[in-house]
Amino acid sequence: MSLALEPSVGPATTKQVTRERIAGNVQRYGAAIVLGLLLVVGSFAFPTFPTLSNFTNIATQSSFLLIVAVGMTFVILTGGIDLSVGSVYALGGILAAYGSTWGIAGAVLLPLLVCGAVGILQGLLIAYGGMAPFIVTLAGLLGIRGLVFALTNEGANTPLIKDAAVTALGQGGMLGLRWPVVIAVVVVVIGSVLLARGRGSQTVLAIGGSESAAVLMGLPVARVKFSVYVVSGLCAGLAGALNAAYSSSGVPTVGVGLELSAIAAVVIGGTLLTGGRGNLIGTTAGVLLLTVIQNLINQVGSLTSSVQAVVSGIFLAVVVIIQTVLSRTQRL
Amino acid sequence: MSTVTSAVRLPQKGSALVFLQRYGVYLAIALLLLFNLFFTPNFMTIDNFRVQFIQVVPVLIVALGMALVIGTEGIDLSVGAVMALSAAVIPLYIGYGPLPAAILAVLAGCLIGLANGTMIALIGVQPIVATLSLMVAGRGIALLVADEQLKSVIDPGFLALGRGTIAGVPYSVLLALILVGLVAVLVNRTTFGKQLVSIGGSRRAAELAGLPVKRVLITIYILAAALASIAGIIQTARLSASVPSTVGNLIELSAITAVVIGGTPLSGGQVKVLGTVAGALLLQLIAASLIKHNVPDAYSQITQAVIILLAVYLQRGKAVLK
Repeated sequence: MSLALEPSVGPATTKQVTRERIAGNVQRYGAAIVLGLLLVVGSFAFPTFPTLSNFTNIATQSSFLLIVAVGMTFVILTGGIDLSVGSVYALGGILAAYGSTWGIAGAVLLPLLVCGAVGILQGLLIAYGGMAPFIVTLAGLLGIRGLVFALTNEGANTPLIKDAAVTALGQGGMLGLRWPVVIAVVVVVIGSVLLARGRGSQTVLAIGGSESAAVLMGLPVARVKFSVYVVSGLCAGLAGALNAAYSSSGVPTVGVGLELSAIAAVVIGGTLLTGGRGNLIGTTAGVLLLTVIQNLINQVGSLTSSVQAVVSGIFLAVVVIIQTVLSRTQRL
Repeated sequence: MSTVTSAVRLPQKGSALVFLQRYGVYLAIALLLLFNLFFTPNFMTIDNFRVQFIQVVPVLIVALGMALVIGTEGIDLSVGAVMALSAAVIPLYIGYGPLPAAILAVLAGCLIGLANGTMIALIGVQPIVATLSLMVAGRGIALLVADEQLKSVIDPGFLALGRGTIAGVPYSVLLALILVGLVAVLVNRTTFGKQLVSIGGSRRAAELAGLPVKRVLITIYILAAALASIAGIIQTARLSASVPSTVGNLIELSAITAVVIGGTPLSGGQVKVLGTVAGALLLQLIAASLIKHNVPDAYSQITQAVIILLAVYLQRGKAVLK
């Protein structure tokens, strides 16, 4: 009787369970499935698409965004957002170029230290100052870009990297993969292990699920919220440094709008923007998907960057609509 | 015991804070004007103020729409793309005269608003991603509409919008004032305004109270887009050219900043129209003051960031204190 009146409270029927499981899987692996489809279709449609050199290109192009998106995934899992990554990415590149005068250690450590400090500052304001992530990192987006321009004489200087060891970090590699790709894979693996096994990972997911519930359970909410912004700052700085090494220079204008690509990749990868659910494999698929779409559009040749923008925008819209509808199915 | 003392203390400790939260932006404007009065030659002149007002108009108009959206606990990142689209439409229809072209430009912008509103209200997509997707796609569409070209607009009637004045007051400033008045009336004097604010307070409660939540939300996003389109038209008239690739770039950030500095909380439930006007003016005056003292753009950006943080930090305890 009560079952008939309140089906949602009663035990779920098998049909419901199946539907929920399908919905959950589509949400989790949807990006990977679409990526697979695109790869197959692309291979048949364009003979120049499925070549080793093109795939190497795609991997290299994806690697910088992927590292940024890993940090963004952590932030979004807690229900937060980090708009500052594009500017921090540029800062990382500039500092890597300046730091390269002290060799490879300077080129890596200087950006990590400063970008980590940016993350610490933002994390403090958000986790302990109780300020909205959107606003703090928006200020970060503006302020850090300002800092980048202040460091480069209003963007007039493009510091070059002359140290061969540093440029090798961006352009060299192993097994046919460039170092940025290898490092991105390592970052994804470390991130996944942290999410699966790390002490804070349950807290990360719990905060996204319900912050007040997490606080009431006695979880170290503030500490974990603080650390995800530090992680994001470090990731963005690292990606910027690698990109600078790859292009042999720190360009003050790189990374404008990068935060949006990173957010899009994370969302396409099945991480809910409200937090609480998601994984880095999805994020990786999301990043690859964005790069492959761009690559396929370039294969067509006659299509311009405006068409590319329209396609990416509509694609993002479709993905989030499907996700929203699916997560509603799951709640039934 | 401790609760009693804190209850007694709170208002005292709060009063300065409450004052700053409520009037901080006006105080900041006053201080800035005072500073300029003494330290900046030729700042307190009518000509300078006319220039400042003309420059603030696009951000101000976009910020009005943004304030409505933020009042519903939403956000609209697509406003810059909407400006680009309306700018792109102008040269296509300017042959029919300035008014039809402007109306079509606003309608085109409203389509983006409708898409935003549908995704957010009917499907339940989060405002930030929904409007993000249209921010990316919208500018692409604008560029396609314009054939990725800059087009000059020479219709004298249309250009008057950018250059004409009544008793020394530019048309665009007058238009902005009218829009401020309309939005203020909408928020403070109409049922729609009350519904908007209650959705921002708690969407769930508003739904349970039987308010037409979906209709109101869709309308709000269309209104925001309409206002952004008007800003795009004014910008085009001022430049006497339609530049869809750059018009409205990053304006969403300035608009959000103006709204937040003006005292509208990002968590929704309140809309401060006058505060938003003051917020936009403050940003403009800061930029102008820094420029007049030859401070490089880089540092003015850093200053802007610090001011945002300060303003929001002060507003942090608002919910508790009230």
